[in-house]
This record gives sequence, C-alpha cells and structure tokens, in this order.
Amino acid sequence: MNILMRLSPLALALAATPSLAEMPKGISHFKLDNGLEAVVIEDHRAPVVVQMVWYKIGSADEQPGKSGIAHYLEHLMFKGTDKLGPGELSKTVTANGGMDNAFTSYDYTAYFQRIAADRLPLVMEMEADRMQNLRIGEDDWQAERQVVLEERSQRTDSDPGAQFAEERSAVQFYNHPYGRPVIGWRQEMEGLTRDDAIAWYDAHYAPNDAVLIIAGDVTAEKAKELAEQFYGPIPPKENTTRKPRPQEPEQRADRRIERSDPRVAQPVLTRSILAPERNAGEQKQAAALSVLAELLAGSAQTSVLARDLVLTGKALYVDARYDGLTVDPTTFGISLVPGPGISNADAEAALDAALTKFLEDGPDAAQLERVKTQIRASRIYAQDSAHGRAYDYGQGLSVGLTVEDVNDWPDILGAVTADDIRAAAQLVLARPGSVTGWLLPEPAADQAQAATATLPAAEDVQ
Amino acid sequence: MIRALATFVFVALAALPVRAIEIQEITSPGGIKAWLVEDHSIPFTALSLMFKGGASLDAPEKRGAINLMTALLEEGSAQMDSVAYAEAIEALGASNRFDAGDDALTVSARLLTENRDAAADLLRQALTEPRFDQDAVERVRAQVQSVIRNEDTDPNSIASKAMAKLSWGDHPYGSSVNGTAETVAALTRDDLIDAKNRVLARDRVVVAASGDINAEQLGQLIDKILGGLPEKGSVPLPEQAKLQLTGGVTLIDWDSPQTVVSFAQPGLPMSDPDYFAAFVADHILGGGGFASRLMDEIRDKRGLTYGVGTGLSNAVYGETWVGGMASANEKTAEAVDLIKQEWDRFGESLVTDKELNEAKTYLTGEYPLRFNGNGKIAGILAGMQLIGLPADYVNTRNAKIEAVTAEDVQRVAKRLLHSDQIRFVLVGRPQGIAASN
Repeated sequence: MNILMRLSPLALALAATPSLAEMPKGISHFKLDNGLEAVVIEDHRAPVVVQMVWYKIGSADEQPGKSGIAHYLEHLMFKGTDKLGPGELSKTVTANGGMDNAFTSYDYTAYFQRIAADRLPLVMEMEADRMQNLRIGEDDWQAERQVVLEERSQRTDSDPGAQFAEERSAVQFYNHPYGRPVIGWRQEMEGLTRDDAIAWYDAHYAPNDAVLIIAGDVTAEKAKELAEQFYGPIPPKENTTRKPRPQEPEQRADRRIERSDPRVAQPVLTRSILAPERNAGEQKQAAALSVLAELLAGSAQTSVLARDLVLTGKALYVDARYDGLTVDPTTFGISLVPGPGISNADAEAALDAALTKFLEDGPDAAQLERVKTQIRASRIYAQDSAHGRAYDYGQGLSVGLTVEDVNDWPDILGAVTADDIRAAAQLVLARPGSVTGWLLPEPAADQAQAATATLPAAEDVQ
Repeated sequence: MIRALATFVFVALAALPVRAIEIQEITSPGGIKAWLVEDHSIPFTALSLMFKGGASLDAPEKRGAINLMTALLEEGSAQMDSVAYAEAIEALGASNRFDAGDDALTVSARLLTENRDAAADLLRQALTEPRFDQDAVERVRAQVQSVIRNEDTDPNSIASKAMAKLSWGDHPYGSSVNGTAETVAALTRDDLIDAKNRVLARDRVVVAASGDINAEQLGQLIDKILGGLPEKGSVPLPEQAKLQLTGGVTLIDWDSPQTVVSFAQPGLPMSDPDYFAAFVADHILGGGGFASRLMDEIRDKRGLTYGVGTGLSNAVYGETWVGGMASANEKTAEAVDLIKQEWDRFGESLVTDKELNEAKTYLTGEYPLRFNGNGKIAGILAGMQLIGLPADYVNTRNAKIEAVTAEDVQRVAKRLLHSDQIRFVLVGRPQGIAASN
C-alpha cells in the first residue's frame, strides 16, 4: 500500500483503523422488510440518544412554480396526526427533557430528536406515527405559511449576502433545480396550499424512501427491535423514488454578476464552478476536490491562498468550499475579501495569479502531508459526537451513497495523491463556465449618506 | 389516543436515568487546581482553560486590546513566526481555539494522546511567549476592523450593541469586546503586551479536562502549559456592573422588510433564593422553544415570526432577563404587544400543573444530556468554575428545580415581570410603534 509508506510514524498510528470492508466499531446497518434502511451508531458514554429520519426528497425535486413545498411540508409535519395534536410532538419531546427539530435541503428532508436514551421508544413511536398519519388543520396551514414567509424574510431578505447567494445559484445552474432556493421564491411560497403539501407528503413520505439513524446509548439489537416494532408495520408505497432531475448542459461561458447594497460592509468576491459529487463506489474525484479545498484555503496561515493573498495583504480573508454530499453535480467555490487599500480588480487579479501558479506547481508535499494528518485527527475528534456522525450517515445515505461509502470516506481522503489533486485543480480552476460574483457596498457618497441616515436614531441610545 | 400517549409519557418520567458523572478535583504539583472527567474510549483529551475577567479587563480607551491580543496568540510565539507556528500545530493534528468574551478568555484545546506533550508545548508557547510580530498584528487588526464593519451593517449586531449600551453604560459589558474602529486602529504592541498581562495569569485561570488522561498526567500537563505564566494578573478583576436599563422603546432606522426586536429587563443573580423559580418561569414564558407561551401566541397561532425566545442572561458581573425575535415591519407592533401581554399575564395567575411539570421534566431531563462528549464536558466544567459553582452542583442542581412550586413561580413573576420595565430595541422600519424614553 503506497499510502502507508508515505506516512510519518504519527500518521501510521492514527491510521490504525479497520480495513475497507469492515464496519467501524459501533456502527451497524440493517433494512426492514418495508424497505426502511437504518444505521445504528453506538456511543455509551452518556445516556443520550439521537433519532433522525431522513426522507430522500428535497427542494430540487419540486415542480417549477411550487418552489418551497418541501420545506413548507417540513414545517407542517409538526401539525399533528390522528393521535397527536398540533405541536404536541415537540411539546412531548420537550416535556421529556429532549429537543427536536427538522431541516430541508435540495436533496433531503430530515427530522430529529435528541433525548434521554430510555425515551427512545417514545420518539420512535411518534416519528413512525407521522410517517403515515399526518393531519393538517385548516387554521394551522395558513398560519404556518406566514411562518415560512417570515423565515424567508429573516434568513434571506434581511441579508444581502443571502439574497446574492440565491441569485448566484440561479445564474450558476441553467437547467438543474439546484438553481432555485430551498426555501422557495417568495411569490411561489405565497401560493402554496395544504393540498400541495398533502400531495407532496403522500407522494414521497414512505419507509422505502427513508433512512433511520439511531445514534447514542443504545445497542444495535435494541435499536433494531424498536425499529421493527414502530416502523415495521408501515406499508411501503410505490413510485415514491425521486425522478431524475434535468441536468446541466456543458457550460461554456464565464459569467459575472454584481450587486451593490448599503447593508454590505465591504466587497466580497465569490467564484464558483460546477463540480462532480460523491457517488456510490466512486468517491475518489470528490475526495481530491475536498483535499484541494483544504490545500487552497483550509488554514489561515499556511494554505496556498492564505500565503499568497492574506499574508501579503492582498486579501483579508480567503475561503474555498466544496461539499460533495449531493445527488447531482455540485459546485466548487472560492471567496475572498480584498485587503485594505487593495482595489477589487487587483484582488481578483492576485487570486487569478495564485490559482495559475498552483495549477503549474501542484501541491506542496509537506503541506499535503499536514492536511492529511489533520484529516486523520478529525476522524478521532469526530468520534466525540454521535450526533455529528449521525449526520454523516444520514446525509450520505440520503444522497444515494451506501454505508460502506460513508465508512470508506476517510480512507479515500487519506489516499488522495498529488496527481489526483492536480487533476481536480484542472477540473475546477482551469475550465470555463465559472460564475464570478461581486457583492459591493454602495458607492462612497451614497454610503456616507446611508450611515448618517441611521445616526440620529442611534444617537439617543448613547 | 392522545391521552394514552401522554399517560405513557408521564409514567416514563419517574424513571429518569441519572448516570452521575465523576468529577475529580485535582491540584497539580505546581499548585494549579483543575477538574477532570476521565474517559479513555477515544484517544484524545479536551482541555478548557478560562481566564477570568476576559475582555472586560480592557484598559480604559483601549477597548478591543484583549480581543486583538487573543487573536494573535496563534500568530507566532518563541522562535516561530505565524506560518511556522501554524505548520507545527497542523503537523500534530492538534487544535486550539482562543476566544475573548465578556467574562473569560477561553482556550479550547484538543490534544491527541499520541502527541499530547508536543501539542501542550505549543500551547504553552502561545500563552507564555507570544511574539506580536508587526506583520501579524497589522494583518489581524485589519481582520478585526472588517468584523467591526460587518457588525455595523448587521441588524442583529446593531440591536445587541445598542441594548448593551443601554443596559450597562460605561462598564465593559456596555460595549463590544471587539472595540471600535477608532480604538482598534490606535492599539500598539505595548497595549497588546499590557492586555496579556491583565488577563493571562495563574491567579485567574480555571481548568477543566475530559478524555484520555489521568489525574497525574493532567497535573503535569497543566503545569507545563501554565507554569510559565505570571502568578498574578496586573489589574484587579472587573467590578460589578450596574444595570441602567429603563423601560421603553428605542428605534433604530434600518431599511429591511423585517424589524429585529431585542428586549431586556432586570434579572436576578444565581444566588437569589428565587433564581430557580425564575428559571422555570422563563422556560414557560419564552425559554422553552416550541413549548413556550410566547412561541405559541406569536408564531404558532398567528404566524407573526419565525421564532421568539427569552432567557435569563447571568453574566459574572451582572444579570438581565432578555429576549429576541424578528417580525415583518407591519406586524412588529402586534408582536411586541403580545410580548407585553404575556409578560404581565404571567404573574396574574398560577402556571398550570401541566406547564410546571413539563417545564421541570424538560429542565431536569435535558441537563444530563449536555455531558455527551469530551469537548462539551470540559467546557461545562470550566464554565461552572468560572461562575463559582461547586463540583457537586451537577448532582444537586436538578433537586433545586424539582423543589420549585407554582407559587414560587408566581412570586418571582410578580416581583420581576412587568412589561413597563422592558426596554425594546427595534432595528428596522416597524409600523405603528413609536420611540419612548
């Protein structure tokens, strides 16, 4: 094995983990007859358990014109069943010392509770109940639509950075629904109804398209027994599996967008390009992209862009982002804030020069080794949070990976070579089709005006 | 069937699992006290160091010095410049986080068992021999200035800064730990050295560790990390802050579809005999998330907000009862009125048995769940020492909550919860609501 030979003695010790085919310690996996797939992550250090149910359906599966329905339904899932009144599930969890919540993304919708281990049957009973018996009252759906609109106001419309990210995505994706915001476009959200929500629920919420994760102070045997008891009786549905989404054509043109807003404090550059995602049995390219992001900007002092741009004063901050846990191709992105006295054009030119140099030189061997050491250390630190590992498996299985793919990921990251990184860099740094966005403050004069406009009111507080 | 499920819930409550965590109180050979929870199942140790006083020890006119100094601890020390130091940490897979807060300068470190001594040596170096190289100072100063600029255009930061000023005036709690553009611009290298001497000293550190380490090893480790620090801080710890808050509405104009609402009124110290009654009251009123009265009235019934919440804010040198939400400009007045109504209604009658029981089962049931992981345990144990709680608090705390009666809750509500004492800071363009003194 070439990988092991290149590791330092420390790294060798850290790499003493199970070989690829074995299940990591404390992880087990089973499937019920109705198709519900489950992963159990044992951690007996504290009497706590986390239950998560992930449905393999998200905003990217919505029909055009109905954006936001996946997230709106997520909210309505708390409005009760035949057995539970509106809000009663959360109140019951809270009354038992636990907490619960839910979240929606492009590719999945997930519900979770964190609670004392002996209450696991209770939360499993309630989660299984709303997998098949959701009821939404007349008043509830209208008030909740206001809540999601307020959520949009709070998260997106009050934040020019979030608004700009929404528009950048719309420009990035010509054809794929990843170009639409998860929360939905406001005018479409305003038209969503209970019937839309119920149709979505009936079509997609079924055990055969869900993933159950139980993490914490429970044995694999007990978790399986409880899963059989509560989820086993739920019949599978037909035709629930998401349909293939419209895919991106080849993108040939670089695009640029720009927006000024008085609420922006300083210019921010973001550049992104389509990139491949993690796929079952095929994660090597995604691993190389993950390591590439670390090499470029993972450290504020030693990364490629930190050395070339931040230490030299050309940028205040740099960042590189890649997350391959998606169903369809995702993006690789870089962002920066220009340094004091550096024009936006000079900052961008310095970024271009640094990336060109990296494409020519490839990764520095010592830096690559340090990044890999950190990856191996992260694997140890990750064991400190059963909740965190529940996310890894839930998200992985929801986007079509297998348990083995999730298990193998740290090893695949560790096996990335300098040549893999060069190839990944060519893929995301040297091709056309990028979207470059500048989010800018108002021009100087307007900015001064905007600042004074807020002062009189603010003065009475001082 | 709702009843049946509820019955099951309450039967189960009687058997709450209490798996006491074992806290060892140790003193190092060098005389430094520490709390330890041993757990050898994962080969690393989480270490939390909290230096009392934190950024509140800033010298007058030097606001932001301790924050900037803290950010520079990982930017070069002893023979290593910023890059060499970062490379050394990365090569060990270690992780140190430095954070300057109102009540403490906190160091959160994770050390792999494999190379614990080497990682500890780098942490020692950062705390005892920081270089404050000019290029690093200028770079990090520019980053802090950028944070300050961002805060000035963020409605939540604008609201919290205004509320801090209204609450605490000239006490350090009244301003941001980051300082202002002007104070940060004026800081010199000597100011940073002075800032370090104010806060990084053995007489003001509390220590907690959790993970793959025993008492003897921890004693040696903390002597190594902290032994080289001065024995005493150069200035006394901060004084008690005097609350200056008055009831009323402060409006700050901000062009946004929503108004950010921050509200606060006087609180009570943990030493107050009614503290736990207030803690239970807060949960029922607004602290309990989806279970609270405010969430029910304002979000669930009317859809006026995505979220509203309250909490007892107990800092070391002062305390308030606070809350926050965001609401559409045209609905803010209605939402604010509902907060006032619920505030005043609270003491008018006893909370129901159901509310009281559910609050208690949540507050007592949630507590042991917090101790799930080395990092979390170390942070909690250091925080307890910072505010002066004894180690056996983890075993006595729930009994204090259990003892609270509906009459206790009503008494403390009548004493403290009066809507005319609430100061609302509104950042936005709310309709139908006027500023007052």
